[in-house]
Amino acid sequence: MPDATGLQLLAHELRESDAIGSEGVLDTLHFRGRASLTIAPERIRAVLLALRERGYTFLASVHGVDYLPHEPRLGVHYELLDMSRVDRVTVKLRVPTDAPEVDSVTPGGPDGPGWPTADHQEREIYDMFGVVFRGHPDLRRILMPEDYEGHPQRRDFPVGGEPVIFTFNEGERRGAAR
Amino acid sequence: MNASVSDYRRQEESITISAVGEQFPDGSHDELLTLNFGPHHPATHGVLRLLVNLQGEVVRSIKPIVGYVHTGIEKTAEDKSYWKVIPVVERMDYLSYYFNAMAFCGAVETLVEVEVPKRAQYLRIIHLELNRIASHLIWLGTSALDLGAVSIFLYCLREREQVLDLFEMSSGQRMHTRYFQVGGVIEDIPKGFEEKVRAFTKIMPGRADEYGAILNANEIVLQRLRGTCPLDAQTLLSLGVSGPLLRAAGNPWDLRKADPYSSYEDFNFKIPVGTVGDNYDRFAVRLAEIYESVKIIDQAIDGLPEGPFITSDRKVALPPRHELATSMEALIHHFKLVTEGFRVPPGEVYYAIESPRGELGCFVRSDGSSKPARVHMRDPSFVNLQALSKMAEGSYIADMIATLAMLDPILGGIDR
Repeated sequence: MPDATGLQLLAHELRESDAIGSEGVLDTLHFRGRASLTIAPERIRAVLLALRERGYTFLASVHGVDYLPHEPRLGVHYELLDMSRVDRVTVKLRVPTDAPEVDSVTPGGPDGPGWPTADHQEREIYDMFGVVFRGHPDLRRILMPEDYEGHPQRRDFPVGGEPVIFTFNEGERRGAAR
Repeated sequence: MNASVSDYRRQEESITISAVGEQFPDGSHDELLTLNFGPHHPATHGVLRLLVNLQGEVVRSIKPIVGYVHTGIEKTAEDKSYWKVIPVVERMDYLSYYFNAMAFCGAVETLVEVEVPKRAQYLRIIHLELNRIASHLIWLGTSALDLGAVSIFLYCLREREQVLDLFEMSSGQRMHTRYFQVGGVIEDIPKGFEEKVRAFTKIMPGRADEYGAILNANEIVLQRLRGTCPLDAQTLLSLGVSGPLLRAAGNPWDLRKADPYSSYEDFNFKIPVGTVGDNYDRFAVRLAEIYESVKIIDQAIDGLPEGPFITSDRKVALPPRHELATSMEALIHHFKLVTEGFRVPPGEVYYAIESPRGELGCFVRSDGSSKPARVHMRDPSFVNLQALSKMAEGSYIADMIATLAMLDPILGGIDR
């Protein structure tokens, strides 16, 4: 993990670059020896590319969080790993529930190759939290049934009461619509 | 049939890949056969469904469809106090339950900043490595079964039985043992456990030699594995693949060495790596890992330090039974821990360990209460499955079966 000073330097370098800008990095946090950057959602590809140039080439994990009752509610975390220096950094962003849109990092673009590993993980976040990843090649539900309504991992989604679907009640509504 | 069902059917049909004809590299116009493979098929190692487009016998595209055993474990975990989450997360990847518990406990321990005693760390390593051997044995047995070798499956289960007997001895359960706790392990190992572990580590290398002798001398197995479906380390990294699959392609990345946790730095072991990353390398790397795990277990048993097996911090760990009769404080702590559970300071932590299948990361977010606000497992099977189509496209369907076996996906971990 970069230490607290290293994280500040990293954030400074990112703010200096043209693609990200001073408004691109909102906050830094060094917590329990782990470094994280909170960024503006629209800068995600630029930030990941800049970090890739600095050695954080391996995208270990992409996962979603619901920050209810704080706004903006939905968070997406990108765990980056530098295998040669054995260094990790987390990139976090937040989007509101009424416009949950982020650029997908899966496909390659004019700015460089993408992170194909994010494919299924972004689909899982879309499925569980309803974050829409712009430009994702195949954004469909992955774990829940295709006709499921609602995003079950959100904090205000109730637990239980799910009907078991057999052939005779196949048409019954599931999820939030039940 | 009402409207919503036909909507669903239409969506189901939309899964088939319409544009695949344009993907032919040679521009040929052979008829394509879309084969639905699974979800109930013995060679899918669980309820995995694959939509395979075949041109003759050659695989042109694969689309994995998962979610059949999704049970919402991550959602369930948000409704339980921290120590009650351990048995639920253990049921994700059902062949490597100790690893799931380790990743979760490690993340919570980081949040609470609790020190794990050295003896507990060593006991954890003994069980983790025993679990790695058991997991690899199931993989070896079922994979060989897919290749048509039946007898090796029985041999592998014979040795796995011994490992499960050890788990039963230390925790009372053969699977999903709930042995790891936040701050250490639930109980010290019983008398006679060390001797039984030593007896196991004594026979295991010989048995692994036998597996190697059976399979490496089998011309059919070698032809099915050698040179089939290789993938280079660079592509694997871009797909996020870690663990034995990455090491088979020659990248010696192993979190036990690179970023040691739970005192792995105390042990002397090697990381087996392959050269080209074909199916044979994937097989050979995992087989070699069994020997290294045996070495680690031997060293941990020999160097097992004396001392407590769980932290003495009464705010997170239950007090010993005998204290309850004499100490009011202990009774209060016991009551608070069992009813409410311990509170965890607010924060977010991602804690990664090396599971038998690759990087198993556990993300825990605490909002300061006694229940986690979010638990997420970065399961290696889920990420590694994305590499299947890259590996198997353009090869024969029989090689796809072998590749899927060597990928070692565990559907309980994929679907959670």
